[in-house]
Amino acid sequence: MADIVNFELVSPERLLMSAEAEMVVVPGVEGDIGVLPGHAPLVTTIRPGIVEVHNDGADLVKLFVRGGFAEITGTTLTVLAEEAMALSEIDRAAIEQELQNCNEDIQDAKDAATRAKAEDARDRAQEVLQALDDAAA
Amino acid sequence: MPSLKDLKIRIDSVKSTQKITKAMKMVAAAKLRRAQEAAESARPYAERMDQVLASLGGSMVGQVGAPKLLAGTGADETHLLVVATSERGLCGGFNTNIIKAANRKIRRLLADGKTVKILCVGRKGYQALRREHQSRIVDSIDMSGVKTLGYGDASGIAERLLDMFEAEEFDVCTVFYAKFKSALEQIVTEQQLIPAAIEEEDASASADLGGAVYDYEPDESEILEDLLPRNVGVQIFRALLENAASEQGARMSAMDNATRNAGDMIEKLTLTYNRTRQAVITSELIEIISGAEAL
Repeated sequence: MADIVNFELVSPERLLMSAEAEMVVVPGVEGDIGVLPGHAPLVTTIRPGIVEVHNDGADLVKLFVRGGFAEITGTTLTVLAEEAMALSEIDRAAIEQELQNCNEDIQDAKDAATRAKAEDARDRAQEVLQALDDAAA
Repeated sequence: MPSLKDLKIRIDSVKSTQKITKAMKMVAAAKLRRAQEAAESARPYAERMDQVLASLGGSMVGQVGAPKLLAGTGADETHLLVVATSERGLCGGFNTNIIKAANRKIRRLLADGKTVKILCVGRKGYQALRREHQSRIVDSIDMSGVKTLGYGDASGIAERLLDMFEAEEFDVCTVFYAKFKSALEQIVTEQQLIPAAIEEEDASASADLGGAVYDYEPDESEILEDLLPRNVGVQIFRALLENAASEQGARMSAMDNATRNAGDMIEKLTLTYNRTRQAVITSELIEIISGAEAL
């Protein structure tokens, strides 16, 4: 039996990551799923959260993903995410600033459409922060 | 017979035109490469999406309670056509071909007594279609501010479509765009977006599972409900990327032709110029000689 998982992270724009891993943790809608080699075939939608790529001897890679689904066959795991970025590239202060900006936008919004848009952006920023907190915990 | 000076002016003007078309061709070639790369790197996502949808949707088609995006509203009365064109002209038959195809479809639908609504993406399509179908155009989306096409641009349009679908403003949605085959060949394609046209699951997609069946988490219908709206975005994104590559390809070959034509024109004009010059010299000589003989 193969003892690695072929992990692929794909966004609509391009293939973001293709790697071999010993275990990958995926944030499924009904809970995190640890994918080891030989996992039963599964398709699940994902919630905004952190994908962890575990590899012996290499550093743990953490990526933030939002919106999409994961497809698991015995030896491969494909995560299709609408948005994905490496956790190390996320600047916490910038996100917090954005969150603050969004809150101000919501206050200043003159019509429902702009408010909805700002609230959307705020929720997104909050999701990222939430994920960062979870990762730190 | 044009004078020598007139000819000179014409040659110069054609020469400067040639310079412009040559530059445009080169710019288009560079942009084409980028657009092609973008289209290619977007392919894996769309392909996976297709596969999963095919295996999920195949079992859902025809079932009671299948999502509307898959099964349709049950009616076939109002059609929404999304016509994706470019923002700029000078790209050969690119826009004309797309608009022609859309117009054909509109006429056919109208002849069948259906209601037609149009959503234009890109300025050129709007300009051409508003002459005939002003009342049918729901909106026109301006893409001129978009430098590099991102998924956000496509998902914005998709959201718009889904809202309209929710509000039951149309039953069937079709998108028109040009599929990129090569710089010389772009194929105008009409693709049905809503209800989703799902191909039958092919054997190769499930072969690597060794006949095993996927588990679904949450269950199939919920995943499908989550995926179908995403699929609309992905399909639009794909259409826009293909369109962008096709536009640059079409422009490149159009400008290549124009450069060559200008070259031919310069050759012809230069020939006439030289002949005329020779004729002038000859007639001057004759005048001098016959003048000398008369003495």
